[in-house]
Amino acid sequence: MRRRVVPVSFLLIALVIAACESSPSPSPSGEPSAGESASAVPTPAPPPAEGRLAEVLDRGMLVCGINGSLPGFSFLDSASGETTGFDADFCRAVAAAVLGDPTLVEFRALNADARGPALQSQEIDVLIRNTTWTVSRDTDWGLFAPTTFYDGQGMMVRAADGISSLADLEGATICVQTGTTTELNLADVLGSEGIDFTPLPFGEIEQTYSAYDEGSCDAVTSDRSQLIAQRTTLSNSDDHVILEEVMSKEPLGPVVPHGDEAWFNIVKWVVFATIEAEERGITQDNVADMVGSDNLVISRLLGAEGDLGLGLEPDWVVDVITAVGNYGEIYERNLGPGTAFDLDRGPNSLWTEGGLLYAPPYR
Amino acid sequence: MTEPGHQDHQHAAPPPWRDTRVLRVAVQLVVLLAVGIGVAFLLNNLVTAMGERGLTFGYSFLDRRAGFEIGESPIPYSADESYGQAFLVGLLNTLFVSLCGIVLATGLGVLIGVARLSPNWLVAKVAAGYVEVIRNTPLLVQLFLIYFAVLLQLPGVRESITLPGPIFLNQRGLFVPGPQLSATFGTWLALLGVGLLVVIGARIVASRREVAGRPSLRLGLLAWLAFIGLAVGGWVVVGDPPLTFDPPVFGRFNIDGGLALSTSFTALLTGLVIYTAAFIAEVVRGGIQAVRRGQLEAARALGLSEVDTLRLVIFPQALRVIVPPLTSQYLNLVKNSSLAIAVGYPDLFKVGTTMANQTGQPVPVMALVMATYLVISLATSALMNLYNRRIQVLER
Repeated sequence: MRRRVVPVSFLLIALVIAACESSPSPSPSGEPSAGESASAVPTPAPPPAEGRLAEVLDRGMLVCGINGSLPGFSFLDSASGETTGFDADFCRAVAAAVLGDPTLVEFRALNADARGPALQSQEIDVLIRNTTWTVSRDTDWGLFAPTTFYDGQGMMVRAADGISSLADLEGATICVQTGTTTELNLADVLGSEGIDFTPLPFGEIEQTYSAYDEGSCDAVTSDRSQLIAQRTTLSNSDDHVILEEVMSKEPLGPVVPHGDEAWFNIVKWVVFATIEAEERGITQDNVADMVGSDNLVISRLLGAEGDLGLGLEPDWVVDVITAVGNYGEIYERNLGPGTAFDLDRGPNSLWTEGGLLYAPPYR
Repeated sequence: MTEPGHQDHQHAAPPPWRDTRVLRVAVQLVVLLAVGIGVAFLLNNLVTAMGERGLTFGYSFLDRRAGFEIGESPIPYSADESYGQAFLVGLLNTLFVSLCGIVLATGLGVLIGVARLSPNWLVAKVAAGYVEVIRNTPLLVQLFLIYFAVLLQLPGVRESITLPGPIFLNQRGLFVPGPQLSATFGTWLALLGVGLLVVIGARIVASRREVAGRPSLRLGLLAWLAFIGLAVGGWVVVGDPPLTFDPPVFGRFNIDGGLALSTSFTALLTGLVIYTAAFIAEVVRGGIQAVRRGQLEAARALGLSEVDTLRLVIFPQALRVIVPPLTSQYLNLVKNSSLAIAVGYPDLFKVGTTMANQTGQPVPVMALVMATYLVISLATSALMNLYNRRIQVLER
């Protein structure tokens, strides 16, 4: 009798593993029709896709790596139960472009340490997680699509401590999240100025800020946008100030895994399309009227000349703008004056307005 | 045991598929093959996947500049040092917290294990409650509770609790005066060495006299007096005090100088000790209960006191049952110390993840981290096995 137990238990284990394996696979229908049927304009199907595009179409779902704990960028909104934010909207934009439906996104929250391996193992289609573009990440992790948010590292301190510059931080304990460029910049900037400090590292964003909030450290450093966003979550946000000094350049943007140029181009042009749409005055409200525009640049962007080589539906830009709006609208909705963060556009303005946003021609 | 040759006369040899000797070997071969194929498949998977994704396997990055600071380090470290050095700092931190944890958890665990068997109803129930609550809640949750809900609720640096010494206690840690060696320390240490030699010499002489049946002349006591004399006299004679104490003082933000026990370290150590002690308590209780009741009754019949019964009769026998499972608790403690980052302590795993992230080489770095934990664990269990063999020799 006992002999028989062993093969039976092996079989059971195998069954359990098989069950686990099969659960995340696409739904039995498997048709990418969900995306196509949502398109506004009936058009012939694009040529059969390859690589990750085909994979995403087949799956009917975009797997988007996000932060998940950063208000304003990607955060679970307690009222609606939806993931909201600037980064989350760019995930939706990619889903709208590829699948025609901004809701077909599986958000995967990743901490700073997990995002690199997630890209390297190709388990996510795109990472849109306030990630700084650096040369080593570009070569090790994946390819960086155009920057969606130009940021810089800042330092948040308690107003009562009377700290007015980095030099005042001599001897301070500084909270920092591990696995970030800010952890390295901190050593670089303070080290080169000969300022002695003790880093207090945490793996998760929540612990980093609650440790600071509890008084475990005298300052906390991160991207300025993150500091502004997190300040709203502290127990008494008015007690904290962000120093004027900007310690580094932090261009944040989407990253796609290595090895699929066609997919990289899609993500890249989704970002460009939102910028171009703002420049051309195409908004969520008027995009439907703009489709037949006399302006050739606008009508081409909205699909009048068919697919220009990305392998998407010709009118994918219409889907994107209908879903999330142009860059300016995404920004205003998540970070602008109407929100708790009230972030000035600053360098994140169009090039025509003295900012850094510049989309190459869509033709 | 039947003799095969004897049976051959009556029965023909069984066919190989029913011959237990053949079957045994065959089963082992099949299992070995299956495991081998499994391992080869996984390795091949890793190599292929890494190749496809353009990842390389190498350790050349260990010489590169680390570029990140580490908050607590037993050896001098700065961001200018190499990744290898950073890794070493992490390793030393892990070893330090593990060693302290093992010692303290053993003490607390034995205490609670004995308390669970106490005839006093309250003591036994409190100990049982402790074990059940601690053993059945996750360590990570306990660490968060200790760090955020207990230690960080201590007063801030400015409002430190001050004890004479001066000793400061606040949410950043416990700060005590730190010993500082001065130039005369070597001389004083030499005098102490001489004193120690005197004590050892006296021991030898005394034991010889005892063997020879002559009175021992209280040589041991005299030698200890000489030792203390040398120590105290030496302190005065060498001039400058060989040891000075550097008191902790308030800095701009933190308390500087002195010896500091950081909150992160304390939280991790406390968590590990409390958690592991609950398991050790059960091991100890099991060990004590494994000693036959007759032994206890015999000890009582001899008129041994409660303490002596435990010390001389119960523990030496219980230890044989306790040590093997105790070893695995020690190993668990070492491995659990990798939760350090939850409370901001820069242990081996934290430094490892930072390295993996900054170098973009997670596979080699994590392999190195795993290999290091493996070496620590194997060394711990080798030491415990040695000890185990020593106490098992007593068995007849």
